[in-house]
Amino acid sequence: MATNKNNNQISPGIDWVIVWVYATLVAIGILCIFMVEYKPGINILQSFIAGKTNYSKQLMFSSICVVMTLFILLADSKLFTAFANLMYAFGITLMLATFVIGKSINGSKSWIPLGGGFNLQPAEICKIFTSLALAKFLARQETDFSKLRSQIIGGCIALAPAFLSVLQNETGLALVYFSFFIVMYREGLPPGLLIIGFSFGALVVATLVLEPNTLAIALTVIAGGVIYFTKRARKRNKNLLTTIIIVWTICVGIQRFAVPYIFNNVFQCYQSTRIFSMVGKDYDCSQNKSAMRRTADKEKAAKKPDDYNVRQSKIAIGSGGLIGRGFLKGTQTRGKYVPEQHTDFIFTSIGEAFGLTGSVIFLGLCLFLLIRIINTAEKQRSIFSRVYAYCVACIMFFHIVVNVCMTIGLFPIIGITLPFISYGGSSLLSFTILLFILVRLDADRQMVLR
Amino acid sequence: MSVFNQSRSGIIQIAFGFVFLIIIGQLVNLQVFSSKYKLAAENNAIFRKIIYPDRGIIYDRNGKSILENTIMYDLVVTPVECKGVDTLSLCELMGIDTAEYKKRIKEISFRNGTVRPSVFEPLLSPDMYARLNENMFKFPGFVLSERSARSYPYSAAANVLGYIAEVDSSFLRKHKDEGYENGDYAGITGLERSYEKILMGRRGVKRFIRDNKSRIQGPFENGAYDTVAVAGKNLHLSLDVELQKLGEKLMNNKVGSIVAINPKTGGILCMVSAPTYDPNYLTGGQRRRHYGELALDPRLPLINRTVSTKYSPGSTFKTIVGIIGLTEGVINANTRIGCSGAYYGCGNGKPKCLDPGYFNFKEGIAHSCNTFFATVYKRILDQPRFPDADSGLKNFNQYASSFGLGRRLGVDVPSEKNGNLPISSYYRKIFGRKWNSCNIISNSIGQGEVQTTIVQLANVMATIANKGYYYTPHLVDSIEGGDPNGLLDSFKVKHVTRDVPDSVFTQVQDGMQAVMEFGTGAAAQVPGIVVCGKTGTVQNSAKVNGVMVKQKDHAFFGAFAPRDNPKIAIAIICENAGFGAESSAPIASLMIEKYLRDSVAGAERQKRVEVLANKNLIPPIMRLAMARMDSIKQAKILLLQQQRMKEDEDTIEEEIKMDTLNEVVPKQLKNKPIKDSGKKAFTFHNAEILVDEKKHNLNKKIAKA
Repeated sequence: MATNKNNNQISPGIDWVIVWVYATLVAIGILCIFMVEYKPGINILQSFIAGKTNYSKQLMFSSICVVMTLFILLADSKLFTAFANLMYAFGITLMLATFVIGKSINGSKSWIPLGGGFNLQPAEICKIFTSLALAKFLARQETDFSKLRSQIIGGCIALAPAFLSVLQNETGLALVYFSFFIVMYREGLPPGLLIIGFSFGALVVATLVLEPNTLAIALTVIAGGVIYFTKRARKRNKNLLTTIIIVWTICVGIQRFAVPYIFNNVFQCYQSTRIFSMVGKDYDCSQNKSAMRRTADKEKAAKKPDDYNVRQSKIAIGSGGLIGRGFLKGTQTRGKYVPEQHTDFIFTSIGEAFGLTGSVIFLGLCLFLLIRIINTAEKQRSIFSRVYAYCVACIMFFHIVVNVCMTIGLFPIIGITLPFISYGGSSLLSFTILLFILVRLDADRQMVLR
Repeated sequence: MSVFNQSRSGIIQIAFGFVFLIIIGQLVNLQVFSSKYKLAAENNAIFRKIIYPDRGIIYDRNGKSILENTIMYDLVVTPVECKGVDTLSLCELMGIDTAEYKKRIKEISFRNGTVRPSVFEPLLSPDMYARLNENMFKFPGFVLSERSARSYPYSAAANVLGYIAEVDSSFLRKHKDEGYENGDYAGITGLERSYEKILMGRRGVKRFIRDNKSRIQGPFENGAYDTVAVAGKNLHLSLDVELQKLGEKLMNNKVGSIVAINPKTGGILCMVSAPTYDPNYLTGGQRRRHYGELALDPRLPLINRTVSTKYSPGSTFKTIVGIIGLTEGVINANTRIGCSGAYYGCGNGKPKCLDPGYFNFKEGIAHSCNTFFATVYKRILDQPRFPDADSGLKNFNQYASSFGLGRRLGVDVPSEKNGNLPISSYYRKIFGRKWNSCNIISNSIGQGEVQTTIVQLANVMATIANKGYYYTPHLVDSIEGGDPNGLLDSFKVKHVTRDVPDSVFTQVQDGMQAVMEFGTGAAAQVPGIVVCGKTGTVQNSAKVNGVMVKQKDHAFFGAFAPRDNPKIAIAIICENAGFGAESSAPIASLMIEKYLRDSVAGAERQKRVEVLANKNLIPPIMRLAMARMDSIKQAKILLLQQQRMKEDEDTIEEEIKMDTLNEVVPKQLKNKPIKDSGKKAFTFHNAEILVDEKKHNLNKKIAKA
């Protein structure tokens, strides 16, 4: 990189390890897209330069990113604290704007056309602003995060863009904002909240997997068991019995009414189908409200048998074996069997070409980056920098984990990209900015920022 | 404040690590422990293309290739690329209408998808190929693709060489583990079938990567897993194609067969089954239609009569009776038996005898005296050392069977029949336990239950020529590059007759030579060559309208030459040809001369070839059946012609191609009863048009109109 030298002079204190890992990941990404689009007998150099193929576009995006990183690294880190709230407001405005001037791509009206064939997804950029805003809020002197009020405000800051995302029909991106709860946990959110959230998730999965009655009986048995074994404790604490009964009621209520309600009324038909297909079940779309509405509009309900994507993706990864088929030799990749392979399913190309070895190395690299960021966070003297670093780590963690889990059949398919690897300017640029703001902040960690 | 909650950093890191471990766990599960994904990937993406090797070439004894490979062309179409095809001119060239074109494209798209190439018209005829090739630029999406096909440069030996055809489901069931697939070709008859494994070679497999729409993307792993096709091995036959061609020419318009064997080796020199057909008729795009025609022909040209038809051997069997009689000592060379016009040994005056006299053995054979051999046969069976006729017959059969009679010889063409040497248990059923030699006396002159194939008869001639041994008659002399399966081993085993002394053979040969010199076979003489032969005339009958009617006799002739150093043994039958002197014997004479001297010498003999070739000896029953079939066919065509004329007199100039005619015929016939139209047609039109000419005439007629 020709820019390194310049950076070196202008920005002492930069964590070069992070920069190099970043560069490696972007390079891997371009190679992966190249693998996906490769056709034998083309002039590789020419097609890289010509700008017609996705990998050459990605190369172009990455050069834009280099320029962007220069700007960020040259900027004063105080800028980010100063403008955090303003940028957050700007981001929210952008997201609201999509409802007016938005463009619908793949069924979600979450894009703002920029002209020249480029589109901006505000929800993607908004992650940065939200991180900054959350960091700024938590770093305020008057914020005492052990208070419920602060916790609620923090939650609102994190979830406002998520709410807008859901309205834009981008459930996947909305879920990302839940990763801010990990940050808040680090900053003092009571762990009980996460445990409850986790239990809720487990209950939902159990509802999907088990027959309703079986689960109800199981829950009752558990409740009965708890009541029986807490005899002594109950004598001391009269409220315990009430608590147990309330929890049991809530659980059965969720299992019996809430989950079916959510699946039938909140989710789109295809989303419910995907989630059901995760656990190997069919979802009856005729119960889905939105599907019914759509059929009422005489619009043909989106019919897709829907574990095709996951199945092909699993086949591609599974066929990689221990050491993979080799660079450009993946048959599933060459045959374009995996849909959306250059974006959401880019991990399959690594899995097929380089097998378990390559996948583990790649995941190791990702994990290394995440741990590195967390360690960087802990080194920060300012709360702002630390919170921001945690935000970066958590967002990236969420993206990587959900994306990879989605391709290997551990998570329902939601449109979440693999950071730095997936094709797409919005995604690459927003993660680059996200990461390099951190690099900038880290370089100035000696300064105390508020 | 920053120190506060710091422990949670560790928890978060551990949680991150834990989640990644779960992912890696699932990856290990998918990539290492589940083999089904690898399999699914192969099924998805790897297209196995079977590369067919060239089939082996078959050469005759002089190294002339009589069955080889040629390139034919399929017209192949990729429906999705057919934009701007000049449909009209394509249809005109192909002789189809646009509706048919659309139907085919639709069918192909449905069956094989629109992005993959499929065969539009298989195995184009050479002139069709030439016409299309000039115009291919008009038809984007169409290509002419090469395919290997069989060709028979001499148009001879159809029944011997056999043909290949697409395998059917029953074949696939039978040959389950041999790697045949639907659409493969395999030998169905003749040598193509019996040497299928040798001729077919080893198929190669090429693996290609295909995409989600089944389009080929390129070779898989650059062909690392491909196997190379190995061409089939060539066969060298003992067959002499020139002799075969002469035989086929001589048997033209006759029903019967010729087998000639090299007595020294057992190699078959010619194997003619008449009527035969041009083997090239069963290759190419019209194969199915031609096959139908041949299969329906009442003369049964698809049967190899040399091995698949059993005949009573007639007087040729007397040689065997004579040999056994001499060996058993019931007669000797000088034994004279009187013949007064019939055999009275059994009291009923049967069998009759044609020329009375008082014959010794030599003269008995030469004049083919029935009485003589009936006497000998009775003496053989009634020898005092046998307690009853059962053991006498058993003894006789042991001799006969050592000449290769009564069982399959093991000739290397399929569907060989075993002939018949009746055994005592058979007669017990008919005549009761106390049957005697008189019951079966007609066997003595080869007329009873004894049945042989022509190959067996030729083999008997070879055995007599060799004075007591034979090699199993076979066509394949050697396999190029070795014989790994030992297919030819059985042909190297010398079969020796049951202790018959040389002197007996000498006496029989004397008799057979006498046949040629002053006996029944005088017509088979070859100037300058000592030929030994034996005629045979066999009574027979056939079922006509459910009643057995006596037919004209079959004419047999068996011979070998030259006597001192036999090089050819030959057996001929002309079915229902009457006396052998007019057909079988002269044919044998010409064949022997051709083989021994490489050509038929002298204008007079050459002329005889032509005379014989033109002689029509098709049995009347078959002629009747053929005429009936022809007239039905003709009636169909004429009916169609009439209807067309009525339908659109204006557009009559339009060419009516035979193909379309044939397709329309059944439809038309549904409307009108066949009989009526047939009668009308005959009164309307000259009925003497030959099958081949009628197309021509029809076209001419339409053109005139």
